[in-house]
Amino acid sequence: MNIDRQNRLLIGLGTVAAVLIIRLFVIQIVDTSYKIDASNNSMVYQTIYPTRGIIHDRNGKILVGNKITYDLLVTPKEVEEFDTLALGRVLGVPPEFIRRKMDEYYRNRRRIGYQSVVMLKQLPAETYLKFAEVAYKFPGFRGQARSIREYPFNAGGNLLGYVSEVDQAYIDRHKGEYSSGDYAGKTGIEAAREKELKGEKGYAIYLRNSHNKIESRYRDGTMDKEAIPGSDITTTIDSDLQNYGQMLMQNKVGSLVAIEPSTGEILTLVSSPGIDVDVLADFGSHYNEIARDPYRPMFNRAVQAPYPPGSVFKLVNGLIGLQEGVLTPETEYPCSMGYHFGRNKLGCHAHRSPLDLEESIMMSCNAYYCYVLRSILENDRYSSIGEAMDKWNEYVRSFGFGRKLGSDFPAELGGTIPDAAYYDKVYGKGAWKATTVISLSIGQGEIGCTPLHLANLCATVANRGYYYIPHIIKDSRNVTIESKYKERQYTMVDTAYFPYVVEGMYRAVNSGYGSGGTATVAAVEGLDICGKTGTAQNPRGDDNSVFICFAPKDNPKIAVAAYIEHGSFGARWAAPIASLLVEKYLNGEISSQREYLEKRVLEGNLMDKVKPE
Amino acid sequence: MRLTEKGILRNIDWWLVASYIVLVFIGLVNIYASIHSTEVSSIFDPAGRSGKQFIWMMISLASAALILFVLNPRIYESLSLPVYIGTVVLLVAVIFLGTEVKGSRSWFELGPVRFQPAEISKIATSLLLATVMSQFGFRMGRAKDFLTVAAIVIVPMLIIIAQSETGSALVYVGFIFVLYREGLSGWVIFLIGMFIALFILTLTVSPYAAILALAVVVTFCDAAYTGFMKQWLRIYLPVLAILAGIPFLMDYLCSLTGNPEAFIRRVDPVYILLGVSVLSIPFILFRAYRSRKLFTLLATGAFFIGIILSFSTEFIFEKVLQDHQRQRIEVLLGMKEDPSGVGYNVNQSMIAIGSGGLLGKGFLHGTQTTYGFVPEQSTDFIFCTIGEEWGFAGTTAVILIYVFLIGRIIISAEKSREAFTRIYGYCVASCIFMHLFINIGMTVGLMPVIGIPLPFISYGGSSLLAFTILLFIFIALKSNENHNFA
Repeated sequence: MNIDRQNRLLIGLGTVAAVLIIRLFVIQIVDTSYKIDASNNSMVYQTIYPTRGIIHDRNGKILVGNKITYDLLVTPKEVEEFDTLALGRVLGVPPEFIRRKMDEYYRNRRRIGYQSVVMLKQLPAETYLKFAEVAYKFPGFRGQARSIREYPFNAGGNLLGYVSEVDQAYIDRHKGEYSSGDYAGKTGIEAAREKELKGEKGYAIYLRNSHNKIESRYRDGTMDKEAIPGSDITTTIDSDLQNYGQMLMQNKVGSLVAIEPSTGEILTLVSSPGIDVDVLADFGSHYNEIARDPYRPMFNRAVQAPYPPGSVFKLVNGLIGLQEGVLTPETEYPCSMGYHFGRNKLGCHAHRSPLDLEESIMMSCNAYYCYVLRSILENDRYSSIGEAMDKWNEYVRSFGFGRKLGSDFPAELGGTIPDAAYYDKVYGKGAWKATTVISLSIGQGEIGCTPLHLANLCATVANRGYYYIPHIIKDSRNVTIESKYKERQYTMVDTAYFPYVVEGMYRAVNSGYGSGGTATVAAVEGLDICGKTGTAQNPRGDDNSVFICFAPKDNPKIAVAAYIEHGSFGARWAAPIASLLVEKYLNGEISSQREYLEKRVLEGNLMDKVKPE
Repeated sequence: MRLTEKGILRNIDWWLVASYIVLVFIGLVNIYASIHSTEVSSIFDPAGRSGKQFIWMMISLASAALILFVLNPRIYESLSLPVYIGTVVLLVAVIFLGTEVKGSRSWFELGPVRFQPAEISKIATSLLLATVMSQFGFRMGRAKDFLTVAAIVIVPMLIIIAQSETGSALVYVGFIFVLYREGLSGWVIFLIGMFIALFILTLTVSPYAAILALAVVVTFCDAAYTGFMKQWLRIYLPVLAILAGIPFLMDYLCSLTGNPEAFIRRVDPVYILLGVSVLSIPFILFRAYRSRKLFTLLATGAFFIGIILSFSTEFIFEKVLQDHQRQRIEVLLGMKEDPSGVGYNVNQSMIAIGSGGLLGKGFLHGTQTTYGFVPEQSTDFIFCTIGEEWGFAGTTAVILIYVFLIGRIIISAEKSREAFTRIYGYCVASCIFMHLFINIGMTVGLMPVIGIPLPFISYGGSSLLAFTILLFIFIALKSNENHNFA
């Protein structure tokens, strides 16, 4: 038999058509599992929301957990006439509210169609139980369980961030991932780790008969999709220390940051005033109140506020001087109540003169660092002051200043460190010299850095020359952090120079009262705290009080930066606060000799000094 | 004006026109059914999809009339090259200038109208294929001619893949039927089918099974072709049967020894298979060479390619395919149960069709499709609406109308006196066939989810217009021929 190609193709066509028709015959006639009986039943999808991942602290304590509440859903097409008054009484809302909602649904009936909409959110379990008893009287209304956030500790409000319902803009931004009614983390860790925390929605399929009553599960639930809970996350935060830090910072404006130098893990990060965790759980209803607060509690000063670092920055200039070879540990400079240049003077406080490098750190001499900065900028090695300035800028950046550190915080500020181009623009090319920018020597002027930058500086000194990028998420079973957090970041200054600076910081704290050391208030017996005070000018009023410290001197366990707006001298507020935090962390309690200090800090109120914006 | 030609109405194939109109009408009705609950009150309301489709239907009919009664069918042959080049330019341009829709840049947006150059390129490719292959002296067997034809098909295909519209590109595979009709060896189609089977077998069972199956098919075909069936039964079949038993034997041997480091555990059965191949193939090749059996040589070549493909399957699957494509294939082959909801569409679609039963739930009474459970229900999944509301009767009727349309195109193309008309006709038939097979195959779970429309029925103006032009150029060519040879 000879079949030509045309006929072969026709046979092929017929075969394919036959295959399709047989397949259709199977699913439409033979296989009843695809059929929902002829009385026009249909399927109802009920979304099953996953529980959000739990956030732990570094010791396994739960910082953020979940609890169950109920949303009241309405399917307007299924609602029959009902007693508005009775429903209002059960739910604890005025009947007008229900009437208004029902009118609204009627107006939007086209858009809503057969869908369900949320009428009331986050009903407490008791209210829901009352409703469940009488639910049969209200067809079309049903409750849907949903887990919301619960905070066992009052620790880390700003850090944790809040979760709230997604709006249309958010849904559009994340195509296909969210639908209306879903919740998502909006700030802090909740936002940064949304992917891991959110989990995956599931659904249960029910059959609805022609009277819109739900009759049974579709195929006994075999086609349902279970919700997959979000992954748990472990943070580097120590919840007890965080809680203590928040207490120390209450009624003060500023930040307190503690890092473990050997890992870069952030132990504590307080921005004050901050947000109480009670507010976080129900962020939506407090939103206006928070937005109106003049102290801007949502603003995370610790990573977002640019401050001048003040005298703390002398450490950086001293180290650069050593590396550049324009300064040796033995170099002495005189100070006569300040540094005089031309008819101008940069003032200093009373202390003996002249001083060497260690003493200059211990007593925080301003004049000393004016000499240091001048010798850095007027170095013959460079063809111009501009070149020397850019070199200085490069050094400072290697400490992490003037750029984002690359932490896992969602909104980290880079800050500013000036370079030659900047001053050329301000003063004109060649129209500025070392004395023009002399305030850089003591961490004033055009420098902006965050408290996180300062804590990182402290950790760098504690490690004698390198740091790990600060971060708040720890490796855990579910989450692996990027490898960059495990790599040492060296500065451009040789590690051999750091011990001199450390010694100066040690003497600043431990030389005893009357020695001239600026931070003797921070001394704790047996802890070998090393610290550096700073007093940064604040054009809005009293100076800012700054202090960085780490302890113990050898194998440091904690590095802290405290920045208190309008706290005046560094030793006045910042040093006590930072040293108390260190003491609490290393000793677990405050020694009796220092209880007076703790009392003073806890009761201290600087809010009057702050002029809100 | 052809309108003035004598007997023009008599020369038109009204059966084709009628099946076209029936299909478009079915489309309009079902688009309305799939949207009526959410969008509009009237089928002709221009705010809704059915109304828009109605407007496009009018535009398409006008274009059809233009093609039938005004344009001279002679122009297509001379225009085919410039049209093809223009289309290729558009296809490339859209990658850079197009609007992004669902992750692929394949649409131009001109005011309210969106169109996809890939739609036109089917027409352009068909015209150029017909032009080139109908040249006097064209021979499929000649390398130069074959390569020209292959390039014409593959160039737009590759550009469309670059637009991440792999589904649309798949349609071009259908042109292989045209090439087959014009003299391409049937073994090529067989080979492609075999390699697809090999790919699936490797993924679902094991490379060992896949290669073994390949060996069985290749040697069997060779024996059948060269007439050595007895030899095959006596030598090849027992050997292959033994090879098939080896993995089981090795499993058994492994279970005997308790040593996890035992030599036997480290031997992959594939090595044995390869060893046997390496020993036997040179021998087979030598004998084939001596007795001048070209087919055996080619079959061995195919076997080699198959082995390479089988080993690169994992690579292709993991590296070349995109995530969503891989997932769709995994769902189709049952390798994974619903990874991240990919199976949802197909499941919903099959429930909708299945719930239709024999006679369906009736017009506008479908619940699955109207309540929005089926995604893309007026475009790619329109067949679900037909299945649910018109039942097995409706779906079968629609498929039969398509079969009638395609079959009639093939038969009437075959009767053409001009090669151009014949080849173009086959192109049209292949395009419609591929769309039909892939689209319906997808809705009933026989094919992976590939988003291409059902010709003439799916919602989408530019698609309807393109298919209309594609079809009516053939009807016009045919009517012109009837006129000239009457």
